[in-house]
Amino acid sequence: MSHLLAAVARDRDKEAFETLFRHYAPRVKAYMARQARDSQAAEELMQETMMAVWNKAALFDPERGNVSAWIFTIARNLRVSAYRKDRRPEFDPQDPAFVPDDVPSADEEYQSRQEAERLRIAMQDLPSEQRELLQLSFFNEVSHSTIAKDLNLPLGTVKSRIRMAFAKLRAALDDRLMEDHR
Amino acid sequence: MSVRHHVSDELLLDYASGSLSEGWGLAVATHLALCPECRVRLGRIEAAAGALMDADDVTDAQAASVDASWAAMQARMAEADAPATAKTRSSTQTMGRPAAILPEPLRSYVGGDVGELKWKALGRGAYHIPIRTNDGETSVRLLRIPAGKPVPEHTHGGRELTLVLAGSFHDETGRFGRGDLEDADSSLEHQPIADEGEDCICLAVTDAPLKFKSRLLRIIQPVLGI
Ligand SMILES: [Zn+2]
Ligand SMILES: [Zn+2]
Repeated sequence: MSHLLAAVARDRDKEAFETLFRHYAPRVKAYMARQARDSQAAEELMQETMMAVWNKAALFDPERGNVSAWIFTIARNLRVSAYRKDRRPEFDPQDPAFVPDDVPSADEEYQSRQEAERLRIAMQDLPSEQRELLQLSFFNEVSHSTIAKDLNLPLGTVKSRIRMAFAKLRAALDDRLMEDHR
Repeated sequence: MSVRHHVSDELLLDYASGSLSEGWGLAVATHLALCPECRVRLGRIEAAAGALMDADDVTDAQAASVDASWAAMQARMAEADAPATAKTRSSTQTMGRPAAILPEPLRSYVGGDVGELKWKALGRGAYHIPIRTNDGETSVRLLRIPAGKPVPEHTHGGRELTLVLAGSFHDETGRFGRGDLEDADSSLEHQPIADEGEDCICLAVTDAPLKFKSRLLRIIQPVLGI
């Protein structure tokens, strides 16, 4: 996916974009439909998201994440501004008080691709109750305390499931680091 | 000096998913501006969200409507504005500007950096600036506690996030310096004390009034708006 987006950024490659569109449009629309009042509103927000992908492809930084994560954040921001009355505050990397990252390692793009693949596999291996929790949280945009209420679970249980899920994902990534150092 | 007290997994998940209310989000985003480590964690959570979205099954109906969507998209692309160009990653933009104490997004919320603020007295040498948000849920303020002085002992009706921006404080749970985030809930009773040498400036977000041990403070609390 990353090379398709690069082709969009570099050459305004419509074929590459069509491939991206056919993969992501239904998924982004399903994501929007969780909050939108009807399918037309979901379609409109999906179109806005994909338009931003087309226009902002050059801003995608493969060292900092993979394509699906990037598209998720664009969709999330558009959904928040469409359906929430309050804002989602964001940091600004250009700000003089911003503390920059530590010295980057040799091949961040490669590492970030490897990480994304590791994460994808680790997500599939998550126990269903942990996976469901992440799904509710990402797609239905409900906070962990609301999830606790909705599922009729103690808040502590929800919190510990989140921690366990992230501990598993972290472990999957650390395995890779250890293999690299071997 | 690097940050020692970080955002919890649960808060970071809510921030990544877009469900976190503005007040809490302001504390989390400001911590992220000061903490490369948590930005890496955020990136991984967003990658997990992307992976879930990728793995989402597309129904036949959805697949069938893609052609129509693509036609509409092409029409839009024909009249699209010029695309954004990549930002060159350079540090020149920050050169020649004095280093700010308050990072974004907080600085815009309070309307300036530390030297430009209009503090309101809280008594005993402490000051605050209430910060407006639209979440209708949290109460947000910038607090300045004089060096060496305590914040009166209290428990919490709900959650309290405290992010240190200048100076430092310590309480029963540890020491908190610039960038550190204390995440307190109703089970914690504490008395934060600003360390000697420098006033402690922190962002405090709560969703219920603090419960002070002192009766006098409980009486004047509504007047102070804490
Ligand atoms: Zn952190
Ligand atoms: Zn407190």
